[in-house]
Amino acid sequence: MIESLLAPWHAFVSSFPFEWARYEFMRHALLAVIIVSPLLGALGTVVVANRMAFFSEAIGHAAFTGIALGVLLGLANPLWSMIGFALVLTLAITWFRRRGGLSSDTAIGLVMAFTVSLGIVILSRGGDFARYTGFLIGDMLAVTGGDVAGLAVLAVVVCALFFFFFNRLLLGTLSPALARSRGAHAGAAELCFASLLAVVVTCALPWIGILVINALLILPAAAGRNLAGNTAGFFGWSVLIALVSGLAGLFASFYASTATGATIVLAAMAIYLLTLLRRSAS
Amino acid sequence: MELPPDNAPAHHGVAPHRCGECCTTMRGVGVRYNGKSVLQDVDLHLHCGELTAVIGENGAGKTTLVKCLLGEIPHEGEVHFLDASHRRPDSPVIGYVPQHSSFDKDAPVSVLDLFAASLATRPACLGVSPAVREEALTGLRRTGAEELIDRRIGTLSGGELQRVLLGLALTPVPNILVLDEPMSGVDHSGREKFYDLLSKLRREFDFAVLLVSHDLATLARFADRMVFLDRRIVCEGPPADVLRDPRVREAFSLHSLS
Repeated sequence: MIESLLAPWHAFVSSFPFEWARYEFMRHALLAVIIVSPLLGALGTVVVANRMAFFSEAIGHAAFTGIALGVLLGLANPLWSMIGFALVLTLAITWFRRRGGLSSDTAIGLVMAFTVSLGIVILSRGGDFARYTGFLIGDMLAVTGGDVAGLAVLAVVVCALFFFFFNRLLLGTLSPALARSRGAHAGAAELCFASLLAVVVTCALPWIGILVINALLILPAAAGRNLAGNTAGFFGWSVLIALVSGLAGLFASFYASTATGATIVLAAMAIYLLTLLRRSAS
Repeated sequence: MELPPDNAPAHHGVAPHRCGECCTTMRGVGVRYNGKSVLQDVDLHLHCGELTAVIGENGAGKTTLVKCLLGEIPHEGEVHFLDASHRRPDSPVIGYVPQHSSFDKDAPVSVLDLFAASLATRPACLGVSPAVREEALTGLRRTGAEELIDRRIGTLSGGELQRVLLGLALTPVPNILVLDEPMSGVDHSGREKFYDLLSKLRREFDFAVLLVSHDLATLARFADRMVFLDRRIVCEGPPADVLRDPRVREAFSLHSLS
């Protein structure tokens, strides 16, 4: 059913006169990059504006424990335990920040150290950790048609919620006091956004890799910030830069036989450095 | 600190128009944090067209009082709003001008984005509709700030940002306008202009103003009523009377006045 939906895509891309277009895994990977990169670029604008970069890093690293829970529960696909654990962690970090009286980076650092250690301890029992190192660098070329369909559904749901909460998030970023006086509960909007972010990061992890996924959130937005004069420009540049670096990284990794996630990050980094030139020129 | 002579008329001699019918009442308002009382037994009436200034030292509960009025924190006592026909609307429109030092200066956010985030349903990241832009221009025109609409917030001066925030607080026109330390980081002539503007606007739109500030000299000329707060209301009345009170003079070191 999914493969029949994707048939026109395969026919279209196969007609390209490039070597990569002959491979089904590349056509799937291309579609995944076209869906995931702009999504990360869009969410990244709020991550950068709200100073949540360390939070998203922690969510990525917590995947170790999510995978470990999946193994302990005997799940065939650890994705569900990863998502569940990422959401629990989002609530825990929010709670530590509000009630524990800890500063945000201390709260996140504490929770991250605990979850990474717990995950590694469970996964390394019997010296078997090597089985899971694939998650560290990700494997974009292992994307299946089913994965692409799942990503597309996720993207639609996340975009709808993101756009719904966006104005409240923006006002809360600018001035929490002003947001509250306008009846926008910035705290609730932030928790919803953090949950969305946790789900997206976790779902994209197996393909992009734990070690580099955070860079894909932050770099396009940081670059876009150097170019934009208003919110729509910030958003547009970030999404565009994420897409361009995603495509450039995918093709470069195919011809250079390198890990796709890390190659995409290098492409995004190159664009970011270019925007620094533009910023210092203006 | 220079204070005007006692017989100086408020509002530069122009009597404010007041319908005198609508009123915000705080009765027995108190707040405790962890069992410790930070505000207690506050009775306050805010009449439309009237500017009430709240003064007090740091930690006197000024911002807590503002939060009670905005309905942000749980408190003892009652806050009611009565409109001109003496009905109690559930939620009066409250315009709020925050301390501008709380703004993130680096964000790529324009003045129009700020209005869109407050007024529009379409997410500001997908652009701003012409209708919302027109609404923003209407608000900014009230404070003479319409030419700032496409500027990045981080590039505005303190006085410009204050006019933008006041324009936003007037969209829609509120029943009560609340300003929390609006003039920190604004120079003297900027303050005079801002308070002139505020006086003109409240006569035009007839809303009640509650203003928290340290700026005694300017407040003495522009406020109708002054409230000296130190966890409770220590004294209140016309600015000239309050500024003569020994407790106020000691708190603000007004020893130069004899």
